[in-house]
Amino acid sequence: MKKLLIPALLSALILGCSSTPIPDENGGAPVESRGASSGVAPVTAGGVDANGLPRELTDPKSKLSQRSIYFDLDKYEVKDEYKDLVASHAKYLVANRGFKMLIQGNTDERGSREYNLSLGQKRAEAVKRSLVLLGAKEEQLESVSLGEEKPKNAGHDESAWSENRRADMLYKAADGRGEF
Amino acid sequence: MQRITRRAFLAFALLTAGVAQAQLSIEITGAGANRIPVAIADLLGDATASRVITSTVRSDLERSGLFKLIDTTGAALDENAQINHADWKSRGADALAAGSIGRSPDGRMEARFRLYDTQKAVSLGGAAYITSNEQLRAAGHRIADYIYEKLTGEKGIFSTRIAYVVKSRGQFLLQIADADGQGAATALTSTEPIISPAWSPDGSKLAYVSFEKKKPVIYVHSLASGQRSIVANFKGSNSAPAWSPDGRKLAIVLSKDGNSQLYAVNADGSGLQRLTQSGGIDTEPRYSADGGTIFFTSDRGGSPQIYQVGASGGEARRVTFEGSYNVSPRPSPDGKSLAFISRREGRFQLATMDLASRQVQVLTDSNKDESPSFAPNSRMILIATEVGGRGVLSAVSSDGRIKQRLSVAAGDVREPAWGPFYK
Repeated sequence: MKKLLIPALLSALILGCSSTPIPDENGGAPVESRGASSGVAPVTAGGVDANGLPRELTDPKSKLSQRSIYFDLDKYEVKDEYKDLVASHAKYLVANRGFKMLIQGNTDERGSREYNLSLGQKRAEAVKRSLVLLGAKEEQLESVSLGEEKPKNAGHDESAWSENRRADMLYKAADGRGEF
Repeated sequence: MQRITRRAFLAFALLTAGVAQAQLSIEITGAGANRIPVAIADLLGDATASRVITSTVRSDLERSGLFKLIDTTGAALDENAQINHADWKSRGADALAAGSIGRSPDGRMEARFRLYDTQKAVSLGGAAYITSNEQLRAAGHRIADYIYEKLTGEKGIFSTRIAYVVKSRGQFLLQIADADGQGAATALTSTEPIISPAWSPDGSKLAYVSFEKKKPVIYVHSLASGQRSIVANFKGSNSAPAWSPDGRKLAIVLSKDGNSQLYAVNADGSGLQRLTQSGGIDTEPRYSADGGTIFFTSDRGGSPQIYQVGASGGEARRVTFEGSYNVSPRPSPDGKSLAFISRREGRFQLATMDLASRQVQVLTDSNKDESPSFAPNSRMILIATEVGGRGVLSAVSSDGRIKQRLSVAAGDVREPAWGPFYK
C-alpha cells in the first residue's frame, strides 16, 4: 500500500506541471503555491522523509519528486518531453550507487489483461533501458508490470486512461528503507 | 453412478474451501432459429426431488437456445409407461422424456428416464443416475446432457463447470460454478488481483496468475484439496498459463530476460524451455487441440496480432491480418476455429476465424469484450464484457445467434474459463 500512496501523492503534485496532458483550468500562467502562513517551507538539511528517503527525492520543489512517465496508446517509447526527467533520475542513481529503483509499468483498462501486462512490462523496461544508457547500473534497477490491474484513476474515459498509461519510479535507500 | 458420487465429494470439498457468495444470475438474450420442440414430463415419485431435477433439465435445454419446451400438464408418465406418440406429436413435441425417482437396489436415490422420438414412435434410449438430496441439480444436468446429445448429435455441456474472478469490495474471488452459474464456490480469496485462470484437461486443477506477492506469479491449484504450488516465480512477470492437451506441460509467459516471451514448463515447474525469441511482446499462448502448435499474441509486426508456432518453438506464422489489434487467441476444442478479440473503431469485440477458410466473423456488438473461452463441445464461447459500467460474463453461440448473460449483483465478474467435459 505504501508504494501506491507515494505515486498518488506525487501525481497530485505533477498535475500542476506542464508535462501532463491535463489542461490548466485557469488557462493562465501557473501560480506558485506557497506555504499557508509565511510562504517559506522549512527544510532540514540532511533530513529524510517518512519512508527514510532524502527529501530531495520527495520535496515537490525538487525535479526528482516527479516519478511518473506517461505513454501514448499502445506505445512504449519514452517520449522526448520526459528525457530531462529520466536524465535527472539517472544522475541521482549514478551519484548514489547504493540506491535502488523499482519501475512499475501500467496500462489503461482497455484490451487484453495479459497483453496489457506485457505492455506494462515493456514500458517499465523502456524506462530502465534509458536509465542504464545514462549510467545507472542494472543491479540498481528492477522493472515490473502491474498491467491494467492497479489503475491510478478508476475512471473510464480518455483523461483517466492517459493517467493510467504510465511508469512509476520508486526508490529504496542503501539502508533498505524506501518506497518498495 | 460412481461419477455422481465423485462429483458430490468434489462439490463438498469446494464448498468447505470457501463460503459460496456472489451468486451468478443468468439472462438469455437470444435463441436459435430452428428450435427442437421437446416435452419433459415431471418425473414421478418424490415431489420435491422431482421438481428440482425436472426444472433443471428444462432450464438447461431452454437456455441452450436449441430447444422449445412443450407443455406437459396432465402427463403422469414414468420410464416404463406406454407412450401415445400420436398425442404428443399433436401437442407439437418431436421428442418426449419421461421418468421417475426411485431407489437403486442398494437403497440410494436414483433418477431414471427414457427419451422418445414421437415422430418415429421409438425409444431413443434411457439412463439411471444415482443421486441424493444434495445432488439433484447435478442429476438434472446429466439428464439434460443425455437428451442434448441424443437430439443434436453433440455432447452436452450442462454438467461442466466454469471458473471466473469476481472483484467485490476490494477483494478478488476466484470462483467455480456450474455452467448455469449455480452453486458458486470460492476457491481463492485475495486482496490482490487474480487473472488468467486455466483448467487442467482433467478438470481437477486450475492454473492462474496471482499478484499476492506484489507481482504476477503463476500457481497451480488443486480444487478438491485447496493445495497450491508455484509453477513460475522468476524475476519480472510470470503470466498467461495454458495447459497442453495431455496436462503434462504449461505454456507460460516470462519477462525474466526483458520482454514477455513464451516458454514451456512441466506442470510441477521443472524443465523450463524457451519457445520464442523476438524483440517485442509475445504472450497469451494456447495449445491447438492436437497439441502440435501454439497460438499466441505478438507485436513483432508493429501491432498486436495472432501468430502460430510449433509446440517446441521454431518459426512463427502470422494468423490475423485485418485491423491493428487482434489478441487473446483461443483455438476451439474441435480444432476447426479460433476465437479472439478484435479492436474495431476503438471497440473490442469477439470474433472467430474458420481455420480452414481463414474467414473472420465478428460475433458481438459490444465495446469491451475480453478473455474468450470455448465450451468443451465448441458450441458456445464465454467472454467477459461490460454492461452499464459493470463487468459481466456473456455466453455466445459460435454462430453468434444465441447470447446469455451471467452477472453478479455486488461486483465485477471477469476472466472466465470454461472447464472440460465432466468425466
